[in-house]
Amino acid sequence: MQLQTSATQNAESNQERRRHVFDLDDFSRAEIEEVLDTTESMKEILSREIKQVPTLRGKTIVNMFFEESTRTRISFELAARSLSAGVINFSGRGTSVEKGESLVDTVRTLQSLGADVLVIRHSQSGTPYLVAQHFQGSVINAGDGCHAHPTQALLDLFTIREKLGHIDQLKVVIIGDILHSRVARSNLWGLTKMGARVTLCAPPTLFGAARFWQAAWPTINISYNLDEALDGADVIMALRLQKERQQAGLLPSLREYSRFFALTDERLDYARDHALVMHPGPMNEGVEIMPEVALSSHSVISDQVANGVAVRMALLYLFTT
Amino acid sequence: MSPGAKQIFNADEIRRALVRIAHEIAERNEGVRDVVLIGIRRRGVPLAERIATALADFEGQQVPVGHLDITLYRDDLSRRSTTPRLQKTTIHTDITGRVVVLVDDVLYTGRTIRAALDALADLGRPGRIQLAVLVDRGHRELPIRADFVGKNVPTARDEQVEVRLHEVDNEPDTVLIVRQDM
Repeated sequence: MQLQTSATQNAESNQERRRHVFDLDDFSRAEIEEVLDTTESMKEILSREIKQVPTLRGKTIVNMFFEESTRTRISFELAARSLSAGVINFSGRGTSVEKGESLVDTVRTLQSLGADVLVIRHSQSGTPYLVAQHFQGSVINAGDGCHAHPTQALLDLFTIREKLGHIDQLKVVIIGDILHSRVARSNLWGLTKMGARVTLCAPPTLFGAARFWQAAWPTINISYNLDEALDGADVIMALRLQKERQQAGLLPSLREYSRFFALTDERLDYARDHALVMHPGPMNEGVEIMPEVALSSHSVISDQVANGVAVRMALLYLFTT
Repeated sequence: MSPGAKQIFNADEIRRALVRIAHEIAERNEGVRDVVLIGIRRRGVPLAERIATALADFEGQQVPVGHLDITLYRDDLSRRSTTPRLQKTTIHTDITGRVVVLVDDVLYTGRTIRAALDALADLGRPGRIQLAVLVDRGHRELPIRADFVGKNVPTARDEQVEVRLHEVDNEPDTVLIVRQDM
């Protein structure tokens, strides 16, 4: 109940300002567009010689990463610094968490120490909602379990719009370990709200129940054949295949997965000439994507990383000032 | 015009004031060789463009025009209930060593100009910074004054100065003083 109330409050835009970013499910299309427009302005700041503005001076942002991360944590840190906020990185290791302090007590401690924004990544789905109930400032989800990764989805949307000019009506194919992917889930919210036509492609074992996906997002297509799925694609997103999946019995072998579902040069021919190749990273080159594809002229993987900083600046500006 | 609104500038008067300001800018700086006009978003932008057009007319020289968004430099962001919409800063000229003329519609407390000065300092090191405004309504809270003024208008704090420019507002150019009904 508590969660629902905060989500509906979030959705009512102008009067009550959104304070948290949990997922894109409660964002309207107009709100997403506002984030993307603001991101453009932030990119201009990052292109300057002095890449810093004083907007969040005096605020303290705590990066709580209970799961390892390179690009998300560093880009949140760069975003916060570019807005002149103070940044504290917290990983659980070397802290009272190791003495058994609970997450909620940790959050209360950070509150008392004067944190204004918590950026949290946790392996448990739903953690950001729990944290927000015990914290008076803003909470931004930097990835929770298999549930959501809204800042990744927003930077993907921004990169698509930047490269192709619009998102509406584009055919977007998401390939790979969809069942466990928070990137796929947040992107499904974002892409469908922005009017893209989404096709999910994976072996049946990495879908779970296919009906679930179409119940949640009725407009999407589901495919078990990559060559067919790629036909006419404007955007191709490959997801990382976690190697544990094979041990869990979801795949016969990585080699077999790769033969049917890896993004190769030859398979790119099925997509449109202007097609973008995206990957949220970290990549398993040779498993879900071939190195030559990741480095090809279609690839916008490094643009995604660069845009991540500007997107996170936009979110910090819009929801935590 | 809403009741209680008083017009202080019509379209012709705005045009003449801007032409005069353009002349003053050229006179003060002995030409416009080093001048860069920077309009503060939103309504400073069309005003800067218009001054540039006037300068091109009688100086025969195209003066570069930049657009400055000062939102991220404001000192009142956390006091506001909504976040102001951010727009792009586009300044394609290196401002270091140049004469930057900041252009805005209304000079009031001076806080916008303070923010603009901070923003400019992050973008380069101008040789000189001057300020041109269409209306100076008084009530300064900071030690800031304009170099070029369209009109000095004494106002009360509970009055509002509303500038309408056709480029931004899709309405005929005008400046009104509106008394807020409380």
